[in-house]
Formats: sequence, C-alpha cells, structure tokens
Amino acid sequence: MLREIRPAIVLLLVLTAITGLAYPLAMTGIAGAMFPAQAQGSLIDKDGKVVGSALIGQEFTDSKYFHGRPSATLAPDPNDSTKTVAAPYNAVNSGGSNLGPTSKALADRLKEDVDKLKAENSNAAVPVDLVTTSASGLDPDVSPEAAQFQVPRVAKARNMSEDQLNQLVASNTQGRLLGLLGEPRVNVLALNLALDRAAAK
Amino acid sequence: MTVIGWLQIILFCVIIVALTKPLGWYMTRVFDGERTFLSPVLRPIEAGIYWVSGVDEKREQHWLTYTVAMLLFHVGGFLIIYGVMRLQAVLPFNPAGQGAVAEDLSFNTAISFITNTNWQNYGGESTISYLVQMVGLTHQNFLSAATGIALAVALIRGFSRASVRTVGNFWVDVTRCTLYVLLPICIVYTLFLVWQGMPQTLGDYVEATTLEGAKQTIAVGPVASQVAIKMLGTNGGGFFNANAAHPFENPTALSNFVQMLSIFVLGAALTNVFGRMVGNQRQGWAILAVMGVLFVAGVTVTYWAEANGTTMLQALGLNGGNMEGKEVRFGIVASSLFAVVTTAASCGAVNAMHDSFTALGGMIPLINIELGEIIVGGVGAGMYGMLLFVILAIFVAGLMVGRTPEYVGKKIEAREVKMAMLAILVLPLMILGWTAVGVVYPAAVASMANAGPHGFTEVLYAYTSGTGNNGSAFAGLTGNTFFYNLTLASAMFVGRFFMIIPAMAIAGSLAEKKSIPPSMGTFPTTGGLFVGLVVGVILIMGGLTFFPALALGPIVEHLAMNAGNLF
Repeated sequence: MLREIRPAIVLLLVLTAITGLAYPLAMTGIAGAMFPAQAQGSLIDKDGKVVGSALIGQEFTDSKYFHGRPSATLAPDPNDSTKTVAAPYNAVNSGGSNLGPTSKALADRLKEDVDKLKAENSNAAVPVDLVTTSASGLDPDVSPEAAQFQVPRVAKARNMSEDQLNQLVASNTQGRLLGLLGEPRVNVLALNLALDRAAAK
Repeated sequence: MTVIGWLQIILFCVIIVALTKPLGWYMTRVFDGERTFLSPVLRPIEAGIYWVSGVDEKREQHWLTYTVAMLLFHVGGFLIIYGVMRLQAVLPFNPAGQGAVAEDLSFNTAISFITNTNWQNYGGESTISYLVQMVGLTHQNFLSAATGIALAVALIRGFSRASVRTVGNFWVDVTRCTLYVLLPICIVYTLFLVWQGMPQTLGDYVEATTLEGAKQTIAVGPVASQVAIKMLGTNGGGFFNANAAHPFENPTALSNFVQMLSIFVLGAALTNVFGRMVGNQRQGWAILAVMGVLFVAGVTVTYWAEANGTTMLQALGLNGGNMEGKEVRFGIVASSLFAVVTTAASCGAVNAMHDSFTALGGMIPLINIELGEIIVGGVGAGMYGMLLFVILAIFVAGLMVGRTPEYVGKKIEAREVKMAMLAILVLPLMILGWTAVGVVYPAAVASMANAGPHGFTEVLYAYTSGTGNNGSAFAGLTGNTFFYNLTLASAMFVGRFFMIIPAMAIAGSLAEKKSIPPSMGTFPTTGGLFVGLVVGVILIMGGLTFFPALALGPIVEHLAMNAGNLF
C-alpha cells in the first residue's frame, strides 16, 4: 500500500496542473483568438459605451420600451449584510424565485401582475412568460406573444403606429433552430435597440 | 404537449443510441490499453506522467489496493479544494476580490466536488474566484469523473476476467480516462460552447450602462472550459449560481441540446464497454434498454405535468404551461427533458428551477435519484449502480427457479448479493435518516423557503440529491448553514464511498471466480424478460423504500393543489 502514496501525491499534482491550469488557460487563449466577441461576454457597444450583453437580460420599466420578464434576483441589503433585497436583473447573483406550485406568495404575485397587464391591454390574453420569473432572473428573451402584447402600450408612449411596431417585433423574432430545437423568442434588448433606431428616424 | 416537443425528445434518444456503439468501441480500447488514433500525441505525455509519479503501468492491483489508491487520491483532491477556497483572497486570478470562503462552506464544497456531487451551497459568481473555479472545481470535475469511470471499468473487469486476483491499475485507468477520453472531447466542446456565446475570459466583471441608464455589473469568467467537463463528467456544479439556466452558461437552444447529450453520452457508452468486455454486446444493449424504459416513462410524466401547468396559472387564464422558473429559449419541453436527464444521470446541472416545477413534474427528478441514478447514471457510478441492481434481479430470478444465479458466466453467490444489498441500503439510510432530522430540528426547519408539503419536499430533495451525488436542488432551501453544510457533506460522502467499497468488493470476488459457459438452464440476460425483470426489481425496491416519503411530499402537494389549497 505504501507505494501508492507517491502516485497519490505526484499524479494528483500533475493532473491538477493539466486539467486545472493548462487546460482552462489554453482554452482561454484559443477561444479568445477564435471567438473574441463571445469570449468576452457578447457585449453590445453603443456610442462607445457598453450598454449590456446580448445574452443577459436587463431591467426595463419605462413604458416606451418593451419589458422583459419579471426577475427574482436579489442583492445584499446595503443596511444589513445578513439580509437580501430584491434587485431585478442583478447579473452578479443569478437565481429564480423558487416558489412552488402551492405557494401563496406566488399566487398573490401572479394575480397582481396579471391585473396590471390586463389594465394595460385588455384585448389579448396575458402571455404566461410575462408574469412568471425566469430560472436565472436574467432571461434575455420573451415569447413573440409577450412582445406583441406590449405593442399598444409602446405605440402610445412613442407615438408610433402599431403596424410599424408589429413589424419590428416580427423582424426581431428568432424561430426554432432548424424548425425543431428551442422555442420562438424575441431578445428584448435587441428589440429595444431597434426600437430606438426606428424612433430616431 | 406538442408534436415538436416530442420530436425533440425522440431526436435526443436517437442520437444517444447512435453514439453508444462508436464511443463504447473507443473507450474499450482506451481501458484495454490499446493504441488509439490519439496515441501518437498523447502516449508520450502519458508515459511521462507515469515516470514522474512512479507508476508501473504493467503492475495491476488487487481490488483492495485499487480502492485504497482511489481513497488516497481523494484525500489530496479534498485538501486542494479546501485550501484554495480558504486562501482565495491572497491567491491570483481573483479580479472580483472575493474574500476567503467560510470553513463550513469550504468543507461542504470540497466534499461535494470530490464525490462528483457538486451541490452548490456556494454562489458561483458571488462567492468564488476564477482560481477556485479552475484549480478547485474544473480540475476535480475531471478527476471525480475519471474516478467514476475507472471504478465502473474495474467492476466490469470483475465480470469479464476469470480466476485472477487483480482488477486493473487505478492510476493508469484515471490517467488514460482523463487524457484519452475527457480532455480531447472537452477541448472541442469548449470551443463549440464559446462559439454559441459562452464567455471564456480571465477579465474583470463588466460594468454596463443599460438603455434606461441604470448600472448593471455583469459577471463573466472562464466559463466554457468548466462547463464542458461539468456536463461531460456529470458533475453539474455551476459556474454561476443559476447553473445551466444562466444565459452565459447555456446561451442557446443548441447549446442546451448538446449539453443534454453530453450528460448521457459517456454513461450510455459504458453499457457498450460492458458488452464488449464480457464478450457479447447484446448484454450491454439489454442494460441500456432497462435504462431507456425508465427514462422514457420519466420524461413523459414530467413533460405532461409541466405542459399542464398549475391550478393557480389556469385560474388566471395563463396558458402555455408552468413557466415559473423556466427560461423562454428552452420553454416547457427542453426544461422538462433537461430535468429528467440531469437526475437520471447524476449530473445535477439545471436549466430550470426544480423547486418551481409542478408537484408531479418535480417528483420524477426525485424518483430518478432515489432509484440510485441508474438510468444511464453518473459517469461510471450509473454503471456500477445498475450492475448492483442486475445482481439482485438475477438473484430473484434464481430464487424463482431454484438454481444458483449466474450472470455473464459468473455465479452470483451470497457474498455478491450481500455486498449489493449493503450498497443499496446506503440510499434509504442517508436520505430518509437525514430528512427525518431535517424536518424536526428547528435550525434546519428555518431553511425551508416554501411552507406546507413543498417545504418537506425541499428537505427530502436536498438529502436525496446529496446522497445520490446528484447536486441539483430544490434551490429555495437555504443550504448554506452550519447544519446543512455538515449533514449534506456526510450524506454525499457516505453516498459515494459506501457505495463504491461494496461494489469494488464484488469486483474482486467476481474476478477470482471461474467462468462457466452458458448451459440449457442459464437464464438469458439479453432479452425482454431480463429487461422486464430488472425494471421490476428497480421499481419495487425504490417503491418500497421511498413511497411513504413521496406520499408526504409531492403526492400530497399534488392533491392539495387540485383541491385549491395554498400554503
């Protein structure tokens, strides 16, 4: 058994160096050279400033923008570090609400949000993704129905025609990969950037 | 449920079955020590590693030496993770300035990674540095996976060899698995993931100014290299807190699909390795069929339950299924499939929050782990776990006809059956034992996020996931407390090593036996009757053990939900 001690130490250190240092560092170099934009986090520049990442949702509350899904992310309470406070789309602390199917807190929150949305647009059914929080709290997408649902509100706030906005939503809708994988979706940040450009014209 | 949804599930199954044979062929060559197409590059590195670490690759080990070598290796792995976590504040690659991780959390995480559990009481982007991600977690992802596969191969050798006292050399198996199987796949896989949008950088967290003018700090890091092995090695510990639901950790529908494939692929291929080593590939396909039956049943229930949604959603006129805790780009079907895949294997990565699943949708992941994660299973662990159930099934069949049971030419006798039972009893001991403590001990009760039966399920899930070395969670439970850090660590440790030791004892005892040729009276283990028998034994064992606990959690919650009760 004693002769197993040397491999236990040396082999462990060698394999640690290979898999824990050489491999991730080499991959960082290679990936950074091959796919520089993705490797840095798919960041979006506007007028020389980073406005976010194409993959990370951000909070929209202004009625002139399309809104993303509710986010359940938290941040440490600035007044008491043992507690947390709501901080939607906090991209340094991802997470979901973790509320279960018989949670009263979830039922109350859903009811409140559905009522709010019905007041905003009573002509369409409320899309389920627009009132449920995502798993990461950073979901960059909404369903095409959820974007269309918001068209009347945005059109009013922007003084733009609903047709023009519906077209914008359609041109920002990504379908399933090969018509099969995933779900149709609209990237909210991309849509809002396109909206700003269209409004500026 | 939709046609497109089912097509995605069918496509997944077809690709896994198609990959099983070629990969099984390759892995068999690797573990038989033969040349592969990568040997010209890797053989000199391999030989160099043996030379510096003083390994004689020709010398094989007795099962006990093999097991001791494995344990020693893990002591070192534990110390490395614990050390870098405690010292991360003064070590390099820490651009976010994370402070030292607390003692109990470091202890829990170190146990969690050496046991291939990867339970996340740590917060990823909010707690640990890039160095810990690389040297602590990425490295152990490789080694715990390689260990699992090595152990499975050692047990398979027990079946395939006759009248010998050795089962292979642990150091050689781990090295060859890492160099020839895990690393090459991970290198290609990492580049694919970065192409899909996954970050791979050592730079600082990004400061962005949102369109509405708010500040958003975006955590990045060397994500892709860690995620590749996290999936392939069925480790499952996330780079980020939200794991594979985080858009950086799973950017697209394609990255999601490939991640699911990579969870299953090595485990499925091991069934073929088994078939090849015992000299009849149909033995391997029969085992894959057992796994397939249980898998498809699980997917059907979870997909159906999640697509149906909950009564509270239906009451508000919200259609489209239970989207609470799910991402739009995956939707209902890819989230349901992922949940079943990750718990059938012992991966534990999640792309949706299991805590927010419907009662029945969330019960399937729980059952998958409680059955011992033998549906493909963790790399290696699933295979040796499944072989334990096969031994029991063969034993039951032998009792029915009154003959000494045999499996692939080996007599299954009292010692094997005793060891198999000992290993399988670990599950109820740790899961039900600790859950019982967790639901009465006041400090533990305070950790529950949901009230009513759902709170009970959170605790049951935590110990199930820990003991099964899965690592997924009903994440509402506040696990980062002194009580949970220590008790979960004990569940993970016992669940891993007290399963391995009896399995290795079986390997040793089988290897010493003579091989007997099949006769007229041998029960055929390649047909439908055998598949049905093993499925039956698995379900009866699991049902008898865990049904009472499930009745108190998800089943009563489902009934309460239908009756309109909220907690």
